[in-house]
Amino acid sequence: MLWETFLLAQRTIRRNVLRSSLTILGIVIGVAAVITMVTLGSGATAKVTSDIASLGTNTLHVRPGQGMRGPGGARTSADAFTVEDAEAIRNNVAGLVAVAPTASASSQAIHGSANWSTAITGTTNAFFQVKDWALARGRLFSEGETKAGKSVCLLGQTVRKELFGEASPLGQTIRLGKISFKVIGTLQEKGQSGFGTDQDDLVVIPLRTLQRRINGNTDVQSMLVAVGDGVATTAVQGHIEDLMRERRKIRSDQDDDFHVRDMKEIIDTLTGTTTVLTALLSAVAGVSLLVGGIGIMNIMLVSVTERTREIGTRLAIGALEREVLMQFLVESVVLSTFGGMIGIALGLCAAGLGSYFIGVPFVFKPGIVAASFLFSAMVGMVFGYVPARKAARLNPIEALRYE
Amino acid sequence: MTSGFTPPLIEFHKVAKVYGQGTAAMRALDGVDLSVRAGEFVAMMGPSGSGKSTCLNILGCLDTPSEGSYHFEDVPVERLSRDQRALLRRHFIGFIFQGFNLLNRTSALENVELPLIYRKVPARVRHEKALEALTAVGLANWAHHAPGELSGGQQQRVAIARALVGQPRVLLADEPTGNLDSVRSREIAAMLREFNRQKGITIVMVTHEPEMAAYADRQIHFQDGTITMDKQNGETP
Repeated sequence: MLWETFLLAQRTIRRNVLRSSLTILGIVIGVAAVITMVTLGSGATAKVTSDIASLGTNTLHVRPGQGMRGPGGARTSADAFTVEDAEAIRNNVAGLVAVAPTASASSQAIHGSANWSTAITGTTNAFFQVKDWALARGRLFSEGETKAGKSVCLLGQTVRKELFGEASPLGQTIRLGKISFKVIGTLQEKGQSGFGTDQDDLVVIPLRTLQRRINGNTDVQSMLVAVGDGVATTAVQGHIEDLMRERRKIRSDQDDDFHVRDMKEIIDTLTGTTTVLTALLSAVAGVSLLVGGIGIMNIMLVSVTERTREIGTRLAIGALEREVLMQFLVESVVLSTFGGMIGIALGLCAAGLGSYFIGVPFVFKPGIVAASFLFSAMVGMVFGYVPARKAARLNPIEALRYE
Repeated sequence: MTSGFTPPLIEFHKVAKVYGQGTAAMRALDGVDLSVRAGEFVAMMGPSGSGKSTCLNILGCLDTPSEGSYHFEDVPVERLSRDQRALLRRHFIGFIFQGFNLLNRTSALENVELPLIYRKVPARVRHEKALEALTAVGLANWAHHAPGELSGGQQQRVAIARALVGQPRVLLADEPTGNLDSVRSREIAAMLREFNRQKGITIVMVTHEPEMAAYADRQIHFQDGTITMDKQNGETP
């Protein structure tokens, strides 16, 4: 009987193709929107995650506290670290692969007539290990260059392009501010970071060179710590915090004047943001599903009124109330699930195109497809119920005479 | 049949139908006693508002009496639920209407199959029986035409096929010729009498045309909710 009802429903729907299409349009748009949003959102999350992973996932970032309130409400900055702090971490904390003390400055990089404003990072070779960053050409700093603070540099790809174009920079000299540096190598391209900054726009020089010749102090502004695979970063983080409190002579009743941040936290924060955004957009799209449901209810009510005589005839012939109810309910569920299927197809196409154009991976989520399908069926059932009940409760005598 | 006595198929005992309440109450039927035996062909006549249609609706279990009792083959209809009455109609009662009430954009064959669908008859048997019923009303060649492509007389014949396809105990006809010209009306009336004579189908027909009533064996006249005359055709009242 259910099969008969299904056949009847799809025959009734096909009898008025235009109206049926308009009826399901709301559902189609709603489902398509939800599918598109969720698929693109998942793509964005995947992209952010992989971008941040390129920064090095097992990395801890140790920075002095900033914006702390000093006496009288003045904003003060906590003391910087020193090279000795980095060495202490390297020697005292277990499970580490490398510790890179870094300091930075910004400057004009000049070669011949080419002039480019860029960031300068002063660090040791450990920096490339922590960042998992390989050389494109040339060599790393020698031990002597690091210790003595020689004027040598490695170029990021953006700086290389801006200063040298197609020419080879190796062995050439560039000026950073007033100081000349010899180019000993170039770094491989990293592309944009998850935060949208160009990671290749930098010049790397020995830490000591930067401290002495550019910044004129012995500050280490941050330390990058690479944790070994399979080592719990939270434990390492705790050890570093304890060690730094000790070295910076922080009393037990005082707060830390530095942070140790896990890159994983940053990933979680960022993916959390995209997830919330996706959920919000999907909720908005979900509202159009609701509106689509109301559209179905509206048309089904009209259809029941139009077919009053048919219903009367069926009741006279001996249809039970529940059979008439079923007939109209199945009709609206068939309509809405059909709309759902078209919406899913459309949504996946739109998401495919969208992910191509905004440059995020296409992430197919079977869960959301199944959920959309079920939800559209449910919309048909919920919004078809009122019209179907109206049909089933008609008085056969009045229905038979209805003009 | 041993003694020539047939037990009544339909039996009304002081049946009344009241619409509204209190002083505004309208007694559409007012204490009607009536019995119809299997195999009879009855015409119910009377002016509009006389109660004949109300009587037919109650006969057809579409409506329930406000007072009195109605037995259909000894089943007390006034005690049945809406669904039970629907099942009674499904299995024992066939209807034809003034407006034919065929489903649009559905072939004649499918229209005739409708009662069998509700009886859960398998599709193949359904087709055969429906075709048989259409053949009986002379429309075998029109089986796949939609009602809109048929003349009024043909549509009413499809409706008759639909009413009879399930071999009901009684065929109830509500002004079956009301929308037809006199030639088609006579055709339909003759066809009903033919089915009554040949197959012994019990027919109760509401009409206001004496010419149509003449095809029946028995005429019942209504006036103001009561029966004013009940006679066999050929008798003088």
